[in-house]
Amino acid sequence: MVTRVVLVDAGGANLGSVRYALRRLGLEAEASCDAAAIRSADRVILPGVSTAATVMRRLRELGLVDVLRTLQAPLLGVCVGMQLLFEHSDEDDTPCLGLLPGRVTRLRPAPGVRIPHMGWNRLQPVRADPLLEGVAPGAWAYFVHSFGAPVGPECVLACDHGGPFAAVVRRGSVAGAQFHPERSGAAGARLLANFLGTGMA
Amino acid sequence: MLSRRIIPCLDVRGGRVVKGVRFRDHVDVGDIVELALRYRDAGADELVFYDIGASPEGRSVDYAWVERVSSLLDIPFCVAGGIRDVVTARAVLHAGADKVSVNTPALERPALVSELADAFGVQCVVVGIDSIAEADGEWRVRSHTGDPAATRALPLRTLDWIVEAQRLGAGEIVLNCMDSDGVRRGYDIAQLRAARALCGVPLVASGGAGTMRHFVEAFRDADVDGALAASVFHGGAVAIAALKRELRAQGIEVRDE
Repeated sequence: MVTRVVLVDAGGANLGSVRYALRRLGLEAEASCDAAAIRSADRVILPGVSTAATVMRRLRELGLVDVLRTLQAPLLGVCVGMQLLFEHSDEDDTPCLGLLPGRVTRLRPAPGVRIPHMGWNRLQPVRADPLLEGVAPGAWAYFVHSFGAPVGPECVLACDHGGPFAAVVRRGSVAGAQFHPERSGAAGARLLANFLGTGMA
Repeated sequence: MLSRRIIPCLDVRGGRVVKGVRFRDHVDVGDIVELALRYRDAGADELVFYDIGASPEGRSVDYAWVERVSSLLDIPFCVAGGIRDVVTARAVLHAGADKVSVNTPALERPALVSELADAFGVQCVVVGIDSIAEADGEWRVRSHTGDPAATRALPLRTLDWIVEAQRLGAGEIVLNCMDSDGVRRGYDIAQLRAARALCGVPLVASGGAGTMRHFVEAFRDADVDGALAASVFHGGAVAIAALKRELRAQGIEVRDE
């Protein structure tokens, strides 16, 4: 049973929303930028509403880059937090945590394809994963972003907006959601519950 | 495929939802959280809370209710009204709002849009525009629309402001067509189409919804990403579930459950 969930406080504006979403699941999470608190947590969530460069700079200033790179507990990145799991983001040409292979690139506008990708879009199954237990194929999730990660080997759910991108990724104890589970109704709540539960064990 | 959004707008004053007729005679219609959850359950894709007291009264901002909404709501919401600096926007976003919308303060000081985008990312920054058709055939911007007595006509052309706001860092534009507002004769399709042609970020139609048909027209004929409305939802003239069924029947992609 998960007892200690830490939200990495890297200045992301959705920290409160994620904490409330966990509270709705009956779990009181703590927001922290303390390395020891993060290292000793059962689950760590890296939320982020901001830019890749801003959050990476803050993680460096706080001395948390290596803490996250060597974390033992399962880690979930949300939105920009997921993009930072990859090697590099084209947003301000930012080197990221490198926990997952690949490069985050700008979504391409096209006729009828507006950037930012903002609103509810369908989650497309890529491969089965315990993290997705109870999340129906084609479930709706709320996205708001201008950059996206590739549909690589760690992608378990994809989405499409002028081209495919990864909606949920997982490799071992490292996971990420491009959409906002805290604002995605029942599907989002289920993903968070799975992350807290045995889905990541 | 990205779905089109249905966005009820709730006027908030003193921590309660109120309803007014032509900006006056506001009556209390209920608790913010209660109404927010009711709209969530009805199938709203997003909510906008417009703090109608904040801007015209120039008072300090009390957004304790934002935290109450955020703690219970599992769909996105935007807060508008009274946000004129990064400090206030940060307080609202940290209390749990997903986006902030600026209107008059952005007209008074356009750099505000860039400051917000730099601080929080463009995806958090909505620019609301109140627009009116003038005698010379141009659409122009109005400021201080929260209070009819204080409303000012600006020389700024609406379409120019839409271009400029995007350049400054707006991640979404809400275009409120004041000629249509409150009269329920339909969204201003011609104006929305002109805006759409210049708008590379999401565009939300506002003002004029009276029937389900009006929503169909806004999505089909003006290609807007979202449609905002207040009175038709509050008064029960349009039920969101029935509206979404109709939109789907017309081939317009909307979120279902």
